[in-house]
Parts: sequence; structure tokens; C-alpha cells
Amino acid sequence: MSDGQTKQFGKSQRVVPADKAQKWYPVDDQSQPKKVRKTLRPAKVRETLVPGTILILLAGRFRGKRVILLKSLDQGVLLVTGPFKINGVPLRRVNARYVIATSKKVDISGLDAKTIEKVSAPGYFTKDKKAEKKTEEAFFKQGEKAEKKVVASARASDQKAIDQTILASIKKEDFLGSYLATTFSLRNGDKPHEMKW
Amino acid sequence: MVVAGAEVSTSPRPAVGRLSENIASVGTSEFRDNSWTIELFRQPLLDLYPLSTNFAMADIDVKVASWKLVEVGRLVLIRSGPYEGKLAAIVEIVDHRRVLVDGPSTEEKKIVPRHVLPLAHATLTHFTIPQLPRAAGTGPVKKLWAKNEIDGKWAKSSFAQRTDRAERRKNLSDFERFKVLRLRKQARYEVQKSHAKVRASAKA
Repeated sequence: MSDGQTKQFGKSQRVVPADKAQKWYPVDDQSQPKKVRKTLRPAKVRETLVPGTILILLAGRFRGKRVILLKSLDQGVLLVTGPFKINGVPLRRVNARYVIATSKKVDISGLDAKTIEKVSAPGYFTKDKKAEKKTEEAFFKQGEKAEKKVVASARASDQKAIDQTILASIKKEDFLGSYLATTFSLRNGDKPHEMKW
Repeated sequence: MVVAGAEVSTSPRPAVGRLSENIASVGTSEFRDNSWTIELFRQPLLDLYPLSTNFAMADIDVKVASWKLVEVGRLVLIRSGPYEGKLAAIVEIVDHRRVLVDGPSTEEKKIVPRHVLPLAHATLTHFTIPQLPRAAGTGPVKKLWAKNEIDGKWAKSSFAQRTDRAERRKNLSDFERFKVLRLRKQARYEVQKSHAKVRASAKA
């Protein structure tokens, strides 16, 4: 703050500040925005969720299926595969909360790291934007023939590349294939909280 | 007529002969219905307690029942508390409700330290350490325990085998449970196949 100047007023003198205090001030208190003290940390996965573990899915379209964990992605999302040929579960992201990890592990050491990296990239599972917009003409054509949904060939080939090595290691153990093919369910008297997995 | 602690059986030579006959007939009788099981149990029961009992005529054969007694040297199974499921020998009887037990097993995990145990928390077993002196110390009990091969005998008992099996079943993993399911199914299939063969040959 600059000093201002000293002025004489009759007998006495006083300092007149260079920039005066504001004459007007807001009547209402201005609310101060709260400072966020949280930080976005990478999700901590459970110890049991090691790649290669057989999981039981508990929610969603594939609930009850036994699948193989490939990798844990950001924010508690897991990358799993059926394998597709065995139980129809494709490469898929699932919530780690809705999963039971069993003690059984499958050897996935021979997996191609490049495809895994490609699949676990952020945009891989998001839907592509429709190339052609819905026109009026297309709307009236709807009744004639339903357009068949085609699986992107790139996705199918990725699925094959990943499942190939897994299937080979599954074949080595008795009952493992049929174990993955059957869905899990609770029977009478089963107490899931007392069961070992 | 009934003596306390003894079973009185009347009628000349009951049950045993008939029972074995019945069991022998099981193999030949038809497997389809369960009527034979009822037959098996009805007959000896009628023999044991005939409707018109004539004590004067039958030779009465009094035989002392083999009660499991609360006695020094009796092995008990502990059913509750910190030593649940473990085996211990009665060393001294404190009063009508409590006994002093000691279980110096040869296996580290199965050792029960010497303590007073309420009888309500114990189940008497068929096993005893014969001639265990009253209030014997842990040392002598341990020696006699080993000499009588208590651990081995207990492991062979049906109760121990059943609990072991149950424990093992309980600790199976999900994949092991699945394998058990499949293998049992396979075994069942084989049994049914051989039964069908027997049945077909019996008809022809």
C-alpha cells in the first residue's frame, strides 16, 4: 500500500491514504466455495483378485457364470473372459464388488500382452458413434427387416487371440472345462458366508 | 423282575438267528420296494417282546448291560468350550456333575490340559484306559495313553471318521465341491448300470 500524503488540517495534520477504503460494501455475505480435500486415488483391488483367478459373477446378464480374471483395470473394474467358447462370456469389464474370487487359478502366463493392453485401453468397450444418422426414410423402413447386429470382427479376433492360450491351459486339467461351463447357484442349506471358495 | 442296570431278555434264544436270516433274505428279495426294511425290524422286535410272556416256562437269561460309566480311566469327548471336539481321560471324579480330566495326546494339536470339566459338556465314549490309578498325574496318564494306543483307536472309531469327513467336506473349495459332485454322479451311474443288469437277468 502506498503511503499517501500528509495533509494539514488547521492545527493538526493527518495522513490521507492514497487509495481510500471502499464506500460501499456488499450487504450479503458472499459464500466461499468449499475446497475439495479428496483425491482420486487408484482403486485398491482385493488380494484374492490375482490375474488368472476363476471368479463367480454375481450380478448382471452373466450372473452365476464362472469366468477367468485377466486384469484389474482402474477404479475397481475387472477385465474378464469366459472363455467365450466354454460359457459364452465375452471379454468384458465387471465390477469387482459383484464377484466372488475362488481359490482356483488358471495359468495365463502365455497371454499376449499387446492384445491385453489394447483391450484394457479406455475407449475399447465404448460404443462407436453411429455412422449414419437416422433418417425419416430409415424410420419407415424399420418394419420391413430388422438390421442384424454384427459383432465387430476386430473384437472377435481379439477374443480368439486371448482365449486360445487360456483354452490350452484349461484342457490340461480334468473337470476344469466343465467347471467353467456350469453356472454357480446356491442349493438348499447352502450358507455362502460359511463356504470356502 | 427287571434288575437295575441289567437287560432282561426272555424267550429262548431270541433275535439273533432270525435277524441273520432276515438279512440273508434281503439280497434275494426285490429291490424295488422298501417293504423288506420294515420286515427286517418287525420280526425280531416281536421275538424280543412276545405278546404272551410266560416267564415260568422260558429260561431267563440275565446279562449285565455294558453301560458307559463315569469312572476313572473313561475317555470322554469334550463337546463345548475351548477344547471342543477333543478327547480326554477322566482322572478323578470331583462330584456328581464335574470330573477332573486330562488329555495328554501324542499329537500336539489334540492335547487337553488337566482341568475340571462339567459332565454336561462331555460325552462318554466306549474307550477306557484300564487300571488308570485315581488322580494319576499327567506323566503316568500320558504313558498309559500311549500304551493303550488311544489316539489310534479313536481315529478308527466311526464317530471320529464321520467328523473328519464332515470337516473335510466343509473346507472344500468351490472347484473341489464341483469335482465331488461329478465323481459322485459317475459312481452312481456305474452302480445303477450294474443294478439294471442284475434286474434284467432276473427277469429273463
